[in-house]
Amino acid sequence: MIKGIWWKVLGLILILYSIIYGILVEVPVLPVIHQTIRNLFFHVPMWFAMFIMFGTSLIYSIKYLGSLKLKDDLTASQAVNTGLFFGLLGLLTGMIWAKFTWGDFWTNDPQLNGAAVSVMAYLAYTILRGSIDEKALRARVSAVYNIFAFMLLVIFLGILPRLADSSLHPGKGGNSSTMGDLDPTMRMVFYPAAIGWILIAFWILDIRKRKRILELQQQP
Amino acid sequence: MEIRQKYALNAILLYVVSTVFVVQLSFGRIIDETSWIALFWIILLFAAFNAVSKSFVQEHTARRLYYFMIAAPVSIVLSKIVYNSLLMVSLGFLSLGLYVLFLGMPDFNPWLLYPSFILGCIGLASALTMVSAIASSAGNNAALMAVLGFPVVIPLLLLVINSFKLALQVNISTLQMIKSLTSLFLIDAVVVILAVILFPYLWRK
Repeated sequence: MIKGIWWKVLGLILILYSIIYGILVEVPVLPVIHQTIRNLFFHVPMWFAMFIMFGTSLIYSIKYLGSLKLKDDLTASQAVNTGLFFGLLGLLTGMIWAKFTWGDFWTNDPQLNGAAVSVMAYLAYTILRGSIDEKALRARVSAVYNIFAFMLLVIFLGILPRLADSSLHPGKGGNSSTMGDLDPTMRMVFYPAAIGWILIAFWILDIRKRKRILELQQQP
Repeated sequence: MEIRQKYALNAILLYVVSTVFVVQLSFGRIIDETSWIALFWIILLFAAFNAVSKSFVQEHTARRLYYFMIAAPVSIVLSKIVYNSLLMVSLGFLSLGLYVLFLGMPDFNPWLLYPSFILGCIGLASALTMVSAIASSAGNNAALMAVLGFPVVIPLLLLVINSFKLALQVNISTLQMIKSLTSLFLIDAVVVILAVILFPYLWRK
């Protein structure tokens, strides 16, 4: 983990900037979405933060299988919890957005189904952890499952939506990528927002980890 | 080694026969192609869960220890995957035959149908073998097997159902066929490779 306080402050400033400036900024007027496009500054960074958290968890799981230190396992599991938190937030913001643009909270869209199933896979990870009592065994088995789950995540969010013929999300179904034709003024808000949320995710992970270590120390 | 448990195999066969019969009773002979595909894969999915979960979950500690002494983990997991794949492919063809007998067969393109069918069966078998290994080291919990297994097999099922639907179309280009078959094959390969790499960590006790 990075030492110092500067990156936490940076994350806070970037998010504050994205909230304030994201509401004030001139956005391009597009049909159907209109002003709700501002949700882009909140919805998409959630998924970025989730993906980075699950990636961190994958790295620590692989590290655990190599080193067999329980500290790595602890980091991996807390990263999954943090990632799940951001994934649920992403689903929530996406659902609200979908209600106002597509008219329904849930639509049958490959991207939505993929997101739901990958969140389910990681929920299964937490259940798997809960069902084993012995520490070393739990760490090993859940590390193995975590690697499987990450492969699933990559397949779902990276490959399957591109193979699908139609999607309500932009950039899919033959269109070019979203980021390419994003308005430059919006990009000025979007990238800082994404970086800010990722930094905050790491901060949450750090706090959760330290809390868990303290809890473990209190138990004999 | 599992062939000794004949009653289990017969139970799965009976399960397939009875579900196909129930489908026939409730839908009659002609249903539209999409539900034909969906029902077929649902039946096969549950048959696979029943068949493959036997491979690690129903093993005694003593026999585990015996395998542990005589064989390397990689060869154990490979043999399990090969056995389960063969089992699933033969089970799949049997249930396909029954299903066609009871419900009729839509016009499929055979060059796409059978390869994607075989690849799908192999993928189901190998993914569930690995999941059953994980579930068995977590204390042989049947509910855990279902919870862990469903997310893992869903991408595979989606791809297989997609390529079945593709096989329904009258004129499809060879490129499309190759594309959907390679994506299936790639998922199978990734699952098998991950299983071979990760299984030794589960086996060590």
